[in-house]
This record gives sequence, C-alpha cells and structure tokens, in this order.
Amino acid sequence: MSTLTAPVQPGTGAAIRGPRPWPGMLWVTWRQQRGLLISVVAIFVTGVAGMVVEGLRIHHDYAVLTACHPAAAAACQQLSREFTTTDWHEGNGVRVALLAAPVLLAMFAGPPVLAREIETGTFRYIWTQGIGRVRWTVAKLTILGSLLTIAALVLSQLFGWFFAPFMTTQQLTPLSIAVFDARGVVYAAWTLTAFCLGAFTGTLVRRVIPAMALSLIGYGALALATMFSLRHHYPVSTFWPMQLFECGWLLILSGLLIAATVRLVRRHAC
Amino acid sequence: MNVIETAGVGKRYGKSWALRDCTLAVPEGSLAALVGPNGAGKTTLMNMAVGLTIPTEGTVTVLGGQATGSPAALDDIAFMAQDAPLYKNLSVADMLHLARNLNRRFDGPFAQARLTDLGIPLKKKSGKLSGGQQAQVALTLAVARRPRLLILDEPLSSLDPLARQDFMATVMTTMADEGMSVLLSSHALAELERVADYLIVLGTGQLRLTGEVEDLLATHRVLTGPAAEADRYAGQVAVVQAKRGDAQAHLLVRSSGSDDPVPPGWEAHPVSLEELTLAYLRATSQAVPRQPGTAEPQPGNNKKHYQATEAAR
Amino acid sequence: MTVLTLPVEPGRATAQPAVPWRRMAWVTWRQHRAMLTGVTALLAAVSVFLLIEGLKIRSDYTAMINCRTACQPADNEFGSTDWTLANTLGIFMLLAPALLGAFTGPALLGREIEAGTFRYAWTQGIGRVRWTVAKLILLGVALAILTGAFSQLFAWFFDPFLGNSVGFTDLTATVFTTRGIAFAAWTVLSFAIGAFFGMLIRRLIPAMVATLIAYLGVYLLAWLVLREDYPVAITTSGPVASGAVVATSVNSPTALTPNAPWILKTWVTGSTHWTRYIPVSRFWPMQFIEAGWLLVLAVALGAATVWLVRRRAA
Repeated sequence: MSTLTAPVQPGTGAAIRGPRPWPGMLWVTWRQQRGLLISVVAIFVTGVAGMVVEGLRIHHDYAVLTACHPAAAAACQQLSREFTTTDWHEGNGVRVALLAAPVLLAMFAGPPVLAREIETGTFRYIWTQGIGRVRWTVAKLTILGSLLTIAALVLSQLFGWFFAPFMTTQQLTPLSIAVFDARGVVYAAWTLTAFCLGAFTGTLVRRVIPAMALSLIGYGALALATMFSLRHHYPVSTFWPMQLFECGWLLILSGLLIAATVRLVRRHAC
Repeated sequence: MNVIETAGVGKRYGKSWALRDCTLAVPEGSLAALVGPNGAGKTTLMNMAVGLTIPTEGTVTVLGGQATGSPAALDDIAFMAQDAPLYKNLSVADMLHLARNLNRRFDGPFAQARLTDLGIPLKKKSGKLSGGQQAQVALTLAVARRPRLLILDEPLSSLDPLARQDFMATVMTTMADEGMSVLLSSHALAELERVADYLIVLGTGQLRLTGEVEDLLATHRVLTGPAAEADRYAGQVAVVQAKRGDAQAHLLVRSSGSDDPVPPGWEAHPVSLEELTLAYLRATSQAVPRQPGTAEPQPGNNKKHYQATEAAR
Repeated sequence: MTVLTLPVEPGRATAQPAVPWRRMAWVTWRQHRAMLTGVTALLAAVSVFLLIEGLKIRSDYTAMINCRTACQPADNEFGSTDWTLANTLGIFMLLAPALLGAFTGPALLGREIEAGTFRYAWTQGIGRVRWTVAKLILLGVALAILTGAFSQLFAWFFDPFLGNSVGFTDLTATVFTTRGIAFAAWTVLSFAIGAFFGMLIRRLIPAMVATLIAYLGVYLLAWLVLREDYPVAITTSGPVASGAVVATSVNSPTALTPNAPWILKTWVTGSTHWTRYIPVSRFWPMQFIEAGWLLVLAVALGAATVWLVRRRAA
C-alpha cells in the first residue's frame, strides 16, 4: 500500500488493493493464535523426536528379546520381564499422552478462538474490518483445523510404528480399545472433532471458561460413548473398515459443527 | 446519496426497546453528531449501521442503499467502537499489520506516520497505552482504511481537551481531503457545535430531533418576555420548551424562518445547539411534536435536505 | 446504612466495625456462583452414575464370588466389562483435581485483573488482602468439602476391585489419591496452584496450562519419589505380612494380593535378608502425611498469592 498522493474523489474510494487476500488471514491467524500454534508445534516436535528416539530403542530391545533362545531360559525371561515393565511403561506413557492430546485440544484450542473475541469485545473491531466475520471465521477454522489434523495424522502413523512391539507382548489386537483410537486415521479425525467441538461451544456459550468446560465434557462423553457403546453397532467389524467408518462419521460431525459455528457467527448480534 | 438511512428501525432486547421507530437520513459528506444521554440508543443505532446488530423492526441501509454488514459496506465503512477495543496483548505495530491484512484498502505509511507524530510507541502492547493513546490508535486504524463513512462511538470520552482538539482536527482534515462522511456520538455537544453539519438527538430509545444544523439553528430561537403574556403567546407559536420565572418567561420556539416578527415587549435570541438538544430531550412527546425524519432521498440535493415538521395545530 | 444523627466531635475518630467475614462469604458466592454451581453439578451427576453403577458392580461381584459352575460370563461381566468402566472412571479421578484446579484457580483472581474490575474490588472497605484471603479460604474449603464427599463415594464404588485378581491395594498410587482425604487435598493444592499462577501470569489460558503442568510435576514427584520416604515404613529381617509376593515396583500390581504390603527395598547383609516395606494398615498415616504436606504447600502458595496481590501496583 502506498500513501495516496492525489486527493481522493468522494464516492470513488481509494485504489482497491485487489481481491480479498486469503494469505492475509495466515498472518492474522498466526498472530492471534500464536501461543496455541507454538505450543502445538512444540508438542508435535517433542512427540516426533521422542517417538523416533525411544522407538528405535524399543524396537532394538524387542529384536534382542525375540532373538533370545530358548525362550524359557532365565536370561530370556529376564529380558522379557524388563521389556514388559520398563519398556512397557514408557510405551504406555506415550500411548496415554497421545490419547490425552485431543482432550486437551478440545479444551484449549477451539473455545478461545471465538469465545475470547466475543467475551472481550474485540469482535467489535475485527468483525467490522473489510474481510467480514464469516470469511474471518472460515479462514481461521480452516487453517487451525488443517494444521491440527495433519499433525495428528503424522503422530498417529508414527505411533503405529513405535507401538508395534507391544501389540504382541501385551496381547493387543488392532481392535483393542486401548489402541484403536491411537492408530490408523481415526486419531486425526478425533483431533479435528475435538477442535471443531471447542470452536462451536466457544461461539455458542460466548465465554471462555464455561466453553472450555463444556467442550471438555462434551468431547469426553462422545469419546467414551463411542469407545464403549457406539462401536459395537457399526455395520463392519474389521480394523480398516471400522477405522474408515468411524473416520467418516467424525468428519461429517466436524463439518456440521463448523457449519453450525459459522451460522452462529453470521447471526451473532450484540 | 445518504450515507445512512433508516426507516422505522427499532431494536428490542428482551422486553425493552433500546431504540424504536427511528427514521432518519444522513447526507453524504456531513459530520453527523449523534447525541443523547446514556442508554438513549446511540450505540444501538451505530451497531446497526455497521452490521453488528440486526434490527428487530424497520430497515437500515448505508452508503446509498447497501445492506449493513455486507462486503461492500464493510469495505467502505470504518468503525471505532466504544472504549476503543484493541487487542491488549498485541503491539501497536501488530494492530497495524492486522488491519492491513484484513482490509483491501489500508494506508499503512499514513498510519505509522500519524502514530509516530503523536508519540505513540509502535512496539508497545496496546493494553499498556493510556486511554487517550488507545483512542488515538483506534482512530488511526479506522481513518487509515480511507473509508467513505467513519462511525465513531463516543471517541472523545477518554481524551483530554487537547487530545480532543487534535482528534477532531484529524477527523475534519480527513473529511476535507477525502470527502469522508462521519457519524460521531458524544456527550460533549458544545465541542461538536462548531463542526457538526447534521444532528441526531436520541432520548430513551426515541428519536427526538434530527436535521441539518444550519436549518435547525435558523428555525429555532428563544423569545424572552413578560411571564404574564407567556401563556397567551404560547398558544400562537410552536413552543418546544418554556421556562418561567416570576417576571420573565423564556420560550424556545420553532418557526418557519428567522424573519418571523417578534411580538412587542419580547426579545428574540438565537439558540445554541446544546440548548436546543437539551430542550428536545426534556420535552415529552405530547408537549412538542417530534420531528420525524421522513427520509426523502434526493441524490444531488444533499445540502438542503431538511426534515419536514408537523405542527401540532 | 445509618444516618448520623449526632455530629461527630472533632478529635474523636469514629472507628468503623470491620467488614464481617459473612459479608465476604456472600460476595464470594455471588461472584463465583457459576463456578461453584458448575463443579457441584458435575460432581453430582457423576455421583449419581457412581451410585447406580456401583450397586450393579457389587451385585456382579457377589455373583462372581458365589459362582460354582459355568462361571465364564460372570467372570467376564465383572473382570472385563465392569473393570473397564472402573478403570476409565479411575482415569477421570486422576485428572479431576488437576482440571478442577485449572478451571477454578486462575479464574479466581486472574479474571479480575484481566477485566480491570480489581480497581473496584480492591478499593472497597475490606481491602485487597482480606478480600483475597477470604476468597481463597472460602473457595478452598468449599472445594475440599465437595471433593472430599465425592471421593468417599468413589472409594465405595471402587472397593470391589481391591482384592481380586486385578491386584490393586489401597496403597497403589492411582488408588491412594482417589480416596481418604488425599483427593480433597490434591484438589485444594491444584486450586492453590491455579490461583497463584492466575495472579502471577494474569492471562487466563497460559495460567491454566501452567497449573496443569505444575500439578503434573508435583503429582509425579509424590508418586515416584516422596511417598516411599514417608516415615511409616517398617524394616525387618523377618517374614513380611502373609500373601506377599515380591514385586519390583508398585506399578506392576499383577503380582500383588489385596492386603499385600508395598515392598520398597530388599537387601542382604551377611546371611540376613532385610525387607523394607509399608503395610496396608499404614494407609491412614500415609493419608495424613500426604494431606499434611499438600495443605502446607497449598497454604504457602496462598500466602505467595496474597503477597503478589499486595505487591501489585494497580
């Protein structure tokens, strides 16, 4: 943008810069959600680095364990005990941390995006800018949602490799409740849903803390209901079909939540 | 063209009406002063004009018939809300950057130059600035968008007298340079008196008075005369407000022109905008006929756009 | 407010009675109504669930114990279905103090600062120190009572699972902190951490994150380091309580039985085998020690919070 050098004729407006720049929203999202983005990146990097480093060690330990013959010998039994305690605790810790992440996102990522604007009154500034409230909301939710989903997808694929030895030693199947949500594509879908649910409750409730609490409870209830009940009613029963089915309805749910959020924004009036 | 036009617009919250039956038309190029006590509906009216509030009844359009809150309206209208909401944790430079990214038109160099002139550090977080500085930043952000219509909700309340002068000077200069129209609400009518072209007076959610300042001042005057004759005389003219003492009475009257003859024993004085506003605010709807704004948009005939009066008799 | 009917004599200061704590209780309630109601409602809802499921679980347990033939379904019902539910609720109980503290602590003072309303609250007659102290104590006590009662109910719910093949005891870390007075104490600590960070950081979400991280730190410290050193352990060269099987750590409960003590260390000097262990009977002393240092820490954080309030230039 340059300083206007010629007096502007009333009614014609100064030179329009061009079509609405969506890249502008990248900077805006970055600056407004900087804390969240930095935390997510930090957690992602830690998760990847941790799983790679420890995963290599765990795979090595497992290789040593499986190479130990005969299996009933004292030395091999000792190896087995160590693997199922020390290594297992680490592996389990990673599993729990991974599964906790979407829960925390439901709480911290989604609600503040809109609830803060409304609660602090800054929406009176940002929603009267040229871009308009709907475009601003859609751009933000898309950018943040995509980032979180991609990060989650990468982490869950890496986890699949990381956790592989324990599937055998802990006698788990891909369908076990303990691991189904952390592997495949379902993890990314749950992450996206957590975020969308948070954004929706934030816009609905309009106050940050109640929105965080509701989002947390809502996500928790949905996750528990799915794990213990809904999954039994799927029309499919093997790993990949179930993953895709669950991923499918979660994506539809996320889409509905985003649509509902945008609708609430559009109709928001003070 | 009228930059803001309303027809019977009203907004209800729960059971009570914040604004009701408001019809007005602000011509392009004017500085419209929106005055009234707290809770009169000024913010409600402004929020409707910028698309933050949806009317419960009636219509409001901007910039010659555009829908409020539409992309075209958002492009050309800049709004400074009450208490100058800025992002407290963002620096001033960040706020500039934000505005540049969210608008198709933003004069960054001008904004930066103005803020530097005002001595506002760009690196400082907005929340750490004084109230007056925050108001200046908010105004700069709005003006730098080069809007055709600038709407300011009580921008002067946190400014000291010097800062107010500076603020108004910037607004006036931009109006002259850019042909910008301004709607500005304030309690401090005395300061706006010299600069306002158009006046809107709201009281308890109702439109009390609206019109071009020139016309309003030309058609109202205070008649001072003997108290004994006041009642007799009051029946013959449109009295907005009557103040009686033991010996003297002051009648604020509305006439069709300033050349009506003054009855013997009476003196006529011009009325200030502030007196006029206060009188209409105090008057109940029975005592004086309201001046409803029957909007008659006449493109090209802006200057002499005048609200029709309805005499009670 | 009474109207002064007598003129005050110059030179005689009229001492005004101090604002009674009762009034501060009303102010606290009024300001944090939503928070208290929310927490109560949540705990009440879960309590109802615990009550209903708890009764069912007890009957399943009885069925399993008394089963003579074709016991597989009964075993599964209790050992698998019921246990999965209890395990999940156990995770909720582990997270609850952290989350309760994160949601209540930072909001207590941090919001006033952020919104600027402290300029009103702190210039009232009661003064900012007493206002802060009153809030911390009143809400801390309220949380302690609510969570204390709730954890009794959870302990009742979970009892059938102590003492079966799953092998948890009262001293298992994840069980220990959900019963007795520990659950209430951890919640109060979490609240104190939250209030402290709320006042220190003064931005709501960073304060909540800091609270969760700090709580996790203290919890891990207690779990992995401190609890072993509570002065209740017994060192003996003789036999340990019956039913004990040596396990490498309390974290692998499959080797334990319900009354099995917590073996801390075994070593050999010469021809004697020494064992250092904590018997289950020492549960309540352990609880008191843990609640003790948690509350001391909470009070210290409360004092630090008040100090921050005093110090803050408005």
